[in-house]
Amino acid sequence: MSISAKNINEHSPWQEMTPGGEIYEGGTARLTKTGEWRSDVPVWDPVKCRQCLLCAPFCPDSSIPVVEGKRLDFDFDHCKGCGICWNVCPFQAIEMKKEVRE
Amino acid sequence: MSIRDRLSGNEAIAYAMRQINPDVFAAFPITPSTEIPQYFAQYVADGKVDTEYVTVESEHSSMSTCIGAAAAGARAVTATSSAGLAFMYEVLYVAASSRLPITLACVNRTLTGPININNDHSDSMGARDTGWIQIYAENNQEAYDNYLQAMRISETPDVRLPIMICQDGFITSHAVENILLEEDDAVKAFVGEWDPEHALIGRDHPLAVGPYDTCPYCMEHNVQQAEAMKNAKRAVLEVAADFERTFGRHYGFFESYRMEDAEVALVLIGSTAGTAKACVEKLRAEGVKAGLIKVRVFRPFPFEEIAEALSGVKAVAVMDKSEGYSGAGGPLFAEVRSACYDLKDRPEMIDVVFGLAGRDCAVGDIERVYRHLLKIVTTGETGPRYIHMGQRTSEKEVL
Amino acid sequence: MAYNHKVELSKPERFVGGHRLCAGCGAGITCRAMMRALDPGDKAVVTNATGCLEVSSFLYPYTAWEDSYIHSAFENASATCGGVEAAYNALKRKGKIKENYKFLTIGGDGGTYDIGFQSLSGAMERGHDMVYFCYDNEAYMNTGIQRSSSTPRFASATTSPAGTVSNGKKQNKKDLTEIMAAHAIPYVAQTTFIGNFKDFHQKAHRAIYTPGPAFVNVMAPCPRGWQYPAHLLPDICRMAVETCVWPLYEVIEGRYYLSYVPRKKLPVEEFMKLQGRFRHCFSRGNEWTIEAAQHYVDEKWEKLLAKCE
Repeated sequence: MSISAKNINEHSPWQEMTPGGEIYEGGTARLTKTGEWRSDVPVWDPVKCRQCLLCAPFCPDSSIPVVEGKRLDFDFDHCKGCGICWNVCPFQAIEMKKEVRE
Repeated sequence: MSIRDRLSGNEAIAYAMRQINPDVFAAFPITPSTEIPQYFAQYVADGKVDTEYVTVESEHSSMSTCIGAAAAGARAVTATSSAGLAFMYEVLYVAASSRLPITLACVNRTLTGPININNDHSDSMGARDTGWIQIYAENNQEAYDNYLQAMRISETPDVRLPIMICQDGFITSHAVENILLEEDDAVKAFVGEWDPEHALIGRDHPLAVGPYDTCPYCMEHNVQQAEAMKNAKRAVLEVAADFERTFGRHYGFFESYRMEDAEVALVLIGSTAGTAKACVEKLRAEGVKAGLIKVRVFRPFPFEEIAEALSGVKAVAVMDKSEGYSGAGGPLFAEVRSACYDLKDRPEMIDVVFGLAGRDCAVGDIERVYRHLLKIVTTGETGPRYIHMGQRTSEKEVL
Repeated sequence: MAYNHKVELSKPERFVGGHRLCAGCGAGITCRAMMRALDPGDKAVVTNATGCLEVSSFLYPYTAWEDSYIHSAFENASATCGGVEAAYNALKRKGKIKENYKFLTIGGDGGTYDIGFQSLSGAMERGHDMVYFCYDNEAYMNTGIQRSSSTPRFASATTSPAGTVSNGKKQNKKDLTEIMAAHAIPYVAQTTFIGNFKDFHQKAHRAIYTPGPAFVNVMAPCPRGWQYPAHLLPDICRMAVETCVWPLYEVIEGRYYLSYVPRKKLPVEEFMKLQGRFRHCFSRGNEWTIEAAQHYVDEKWEKLLAKCE
């Protein structure tokens, strides 16, 4: 049975870690919520949005999901709030606000 | 049925490689290992192997190529010496820590400068902390036999460590001696196939190799690797036992020659063993209880086993054919002496650094060492623990 | 092959969120676009040199890559990739591998222009069927913004800082794209992030699907190293192209093709003024640095135009 990334953490004994640091699944980085890094958060207006998708390729964090040619709201688990999408949107459908945390 | 032939050490290694038919050969020349990629290139050109032959532009790249290939689930091999091994230094560590079975034929040539192309063990000794399994040969037969065993040791699932098969440059690599070769089918059956569970390609799931390990993880991976090196001791003996069953020749961690009642003994590595055995016979004929231990497996180091073999011996000279510049003796001395520390009956032990950069060592030179050990036994005075032998000097030396 | 933006962006992500790259990092944008250029159903092995991308995208046990990935060291990504590709050929020949794989290597300018140069040159010369993507952020960013041979003249970097007696890097930027073209490999391209990414996509796709070695040089701005607010990345890329600092072109079987000619070539200041690493060029008395930079860009542009079909 190969060890899965979700079962490895900083308390794992060496016997329960993968040899040589190998990982046997793709995309395990999703488990890390880099959204916690944000100080600015993008706000998407689906009404103003014309679905031109010019924002989507510019996101370094794969946080603008696109399904069948249409973008959805941001992946707030991973968006770091860089603001590139806000800059690139031709229709002012994205606004940057200050991140507020409880 | 073994086949009688006459081959140099380099020819023998290339022959073994042809029989094994590895998937990838990363080739770069350096004296005195150059002939190995050359012989193999001819096998490739004549269609005798299916190997992807990659003519890289440096040794760092030859090891990197092997790393990529092994991670992809392929059998990857290369050959080098001296500065070539040193150039790979960084990635030797990576190959071991990534737990990749790669086989490297090391034709020992001096590394300690000035530049010289002749034999000593400073190249592979310099790599002794890299996590590689290291096996040494006395002659072409051992080089060939060790090479046939290499992959099975290295690929053992709870080992997964790269392995270097060493032989003395020019002395063994270029000298043509009698050899027993095994049949192609027998070799193929013995070496078998390698089909790892995980690989970069050809599996139903991806593989990620070579992470950035933050502090909470790195030591655990290092400990895993240390355990793997311990497991390699068992794997070495298991494969050797199967080798003996199949081909009839016996191998262990080291060869104990006339050690049963030895009072004085040498511990050494490589082709000098042949010279030393001749000297042992001469001394035995005179009634001297002389013996010899020829270390075959240096990594993992047979700690307990060497101590046991030396227990009861009165005086031992460890012969180091490499100068580690510790100021206190060579690498073999340090490890053998450390192993003997726990013995109730510790032998007197000195280090003789000899044969550097191919400086010749003849039967007479070995005899002087044994006579010195006998003097230690009779006088009870060990004298200096760390001496050199074979150099010209204007001062009076011990040997 | 016509570029369909919506179709390409709808593909499943092969470089996922959760990696540790800085907010606004050009390397992250490069990886997503590079992986999008693979045809659906084709598998890939990504080889990565040590650097920002490597430490951020595979930090144990988190990999941002959906495909197989290997990192071994800093200067040997190309040789490592060559080994993977050689293994693929050998195993395919022996009937052990059935699927199609593409071999992509990615490294920063450090691991490509400098320490990795030998390995890159060797792999390209040997003709492995692979693509090398360089995310060029013009300095050794991971170790703290030290100058590389890719750093442009006058840029301030931590080992070529602007000071009272220095105006930043003394040497001009090494032209690696030209050096790769001189290797006579089948395909070489220079690109960056413009508009709907058609330029990047078509070049990446062509590089991947041209048999033999290919090299794609990507200008990938770095907000920390170039000293600009992260959201300005698209403006910087646009200015790099409109000022001809970073021309978009391809070399296909040795013939040069310009991908874009600016309708109005903008002065190099439009690119430099957006970035703090050139701030000192705008102080009084330093006008000559901007003139020198303009002269350099003009000369290179003319030389490139002369080569193009």
